[in-house]
Amino acid sequence: MQELLERVVFPLLGQGSLAEAEDAAALVLPGKADGGRLACTTDSFVVKPIFFPGGDIGKLAVCGTVNDLAMRGARPLYLTMGLILEEGLPFETLERVLSSAARWAREAGVAVVAGDTKVVEKGAADLIYVNTSGIGVIPAGREVSIRGARPGDVLLVNGFLGDHEAAVLSRREGFGFEVEVESDCAPLNGLVEAMQEAGEIHAMRDATRGGLAAVLKEMAASSGVSVELVEESIPLREGVRAFCEMLGLDPLLLANEGKLVAAVPEGDAEAVLEAMRSHPLGADAAAIGRVVEGRAGEVAMFTPLGSHRLLRMPSGEHFPRIC
Amino acid sequence: MCLAVPAEVVELMEDGLALVEIGGVRKQISLMLVDDAEIGDFVLVHAGFAIEKVDAEEARRTLEILEEYAHLDETGPGLYA
Amino acid sequence: MRFVDEFREPELLRGQLEEIRRIGFRASFMEVCGTHTMAISRAGLRPLLAGRVELVSGPGCPVCVTSEADIGRAIALAGLEGVTLATFGDMMRVPGPQGTLSEAASRGAAVKVVYSPLEALRLAREDPGRRVVFLGVGFETTAPAVAASLLTARRDGVGNFFVLSLHKLVPPALRALLEMEDFAIDGFLLPGHVSAVLGARAYSFLADEYGVPGVVAGFEAADILRALCMLMEMKRGGKASVAVEYTRAVREEGNPRARAVMEEVFEPADAEWRGLGIIPASGLQLREEFRPHDAGAWEVESPAPAGDRGCRCGDVLCGRIRPPDCPLFARACTPESPVGPCMVSTEGTCASYYLYDFREGEGHVG
Repeated sequence: MQELLERVVFPLLGQGSLAEAEDAAALVLPGKADGGRLACTTDSFVVKPIFFPGGDIGKLAVCGTVNDLAMRGARPLYLTMGLILEEGLPFETLERVLSSAARWAREAGVAVVAGDTKVVEKGAADLIYVNTSGIGVIPAGREVSIRGARPGDVLLVNGFLGDHEAAVLSRREGFGFEVEVESDCAPLNGLVEAMQEAGEIHAMRDATRGGLAAVLKEMAASSGVSVELVEESIPLREGVRAFCEMLGLDPLLLANEGKLVAAVPEGDAEAVLEAMRSHPLGADAAAIGRVVEGRAGEVAMFTPLGSHRLLRMPSGEHFPRIC
Repeated sequence: MCLAVPAEVVELMEDGLALVEIGGVRKQISLMLVDDAEIGDFVLVHAGFAIEKVDAEEARRTLEILEEYAHLDETGPGLYA
Repeated sequence: MRFVDEFREPELLRGQLEEIRRIGFRASFMEVCGTHTMAISRAGLRPLLAGRVELVSGPGCPVCVTSEADIGRAIALAGLEGVTLATFGDMMRVPGPQGTLSEAASRGAAVKVVYSPLEALRLAREDPGRRVVFLGVGFETTAPAVAASLLTARRDGVGNFFVLSLHKLVPPALRALLEMEDFAIDGFLLPGHVSAVLGARAYSFLADEYGVPGVVAGFEAADILRALCMLMEMKRGGKASVAVEYTRAVREEGNPRARAVMEEVFEPADAEWRGLGIIPASGLQLREEFRPHDAGAWEVESPAPAGDRGCRCGDVLCGRIRPPDCPLFARACTPESPVGPCMVSTEGTCASYYLYDFREGEGHVG
């Protein structure tokens, strides 16, 4: 995927903000250079199964796009929604997906303002694909980016990691696990507002595909810093840990849909962490490590024994294994 | 070589199958490869099969040995400081 | 998690590390099992043991030891009309002469990743019109599970369930290693879960015939360190024997029932190991009466293995070199685009070094 982006997409399309590979582009409107900026993002959703514990593809499409805007410090305002439907998709299924999308758009305080629907022949798509684009406003003076982490910053997460992918994967055909865990899929804009009121945020991203490991590798590489994590401080649910043990998966690589990682200056860390814990989506928030000077992109995990190992950028789809 | 995790038998089912649980995760597995596993027993689960029962008494003994050595080290970490 | 978390307590690990230091001489041991390799890397044990114990990773990862020709055969089976190939996720990204199973799947081959051979059997029951082939890789831990699934298929008359048996046996491989001229290690950290089936008895030849000690170890960090202490004590005492650290799961006689199921279905056969070549009676083939379920008997065409690409997985598996000593390591061969199987499997020695232990430009951290 990364290779695809670097070899094909960025060289052909990547000018300015696209190649910066942020979650959302921050755009200056002509004639408004002194005020806030516009944030703009787009994302496509192809999750399987389309209904899973704690969510569905409609909720995911809304939350994913809202979160991409929120990760730039933007206040999300509008969404567009494009649907690609496989011929024969039951009417009720579509209804369920869309009413969920509508409910979560209301919850996040955004309006769906434009849309498009295409039906393709059976087999050309898998039930339903959703594309959402989002527009928001970044208030003047806010500068949150994946590139802003500085040595000394404390790294905060807003709760248990890996819930989403564990919930989805455990239901997938061929596995048949019962895990008492639901997807963490949620709109994070409210939480981010509360954090911003409590203190400054240097860098932030939601830990979606590739999990915590991917976000930290990206943050460290694009900020030109190293990261040190404290293994026992990383919040993991017992069920997610056990599921990973059984399938030989690393919980730090599992995707989340309602978890963010923020690099916060040390002086603000306590206040921001407190603000997170006071919000329903941050009750289990934790400080998991810090940003240090060092090789750009290096992420080291310190074990309780004082030894450490380096995390690598996750590569490709990770298959459960038994050996 | 072979991942296997200790899980508790929580329900015996037809045809040599059982429901096991570990850390709140439940999975249906086969008991075909072990003798007389009962509810409450822990079994090692590999690829959907119990491959052996876990001996709780032996686990306790191993821990006792490990704890003896742990007490040797009261001066704190030295080797890896 | 009971029987897991207790054995990860840092205090217990410190005690064993202290003891290893107290015994105080240098030794090099081979951990045979890939799951041990992974556990060692994840707990960061290698740097902590540096200067005391060198751990050499042996041929205990089923992905890594499967020959390129066998992988080519599996991929060719997946391409047959009306065939679904069911496999553990481990095999999906291993390059054969014609690409990987994952690539074959994206070109339209019916490949299903399953957690258990029983899931493959279910696929066969649900779709009697297709032939479902289970790709049987793994050692004595996994072979009984595959055998049990096959017995169930035969009992229930599921005629469209097949197995391609690429299973391997551990004791013959250890013997082959010990017969190699340049093989010099002080002892073996023996695989806990293979041993749960085989029993510790199966390794007595290590001490009796070769004078090399072995300890069967569990998979938590405390188990591994305890087993290393036991090996060092044996070395210090100058007396080789085979002992069990993992007594909560491994009996002297192993699990006779699991062995009986395995032996009912399979019989030993010569097998090709990557890096080690053909080792007599080191693999398992289906017995005559199970031939109707044997996908190994099917005629398929697969391209010849590409031959020498400079990959030194074979030397890594025999403990002759460490991964960073291979000229391809971290250059032409990375987890993103692996050349050799030791980089493909996350429990492969090279991937495990790459993921956890290796710092670019510095060689090994320890």
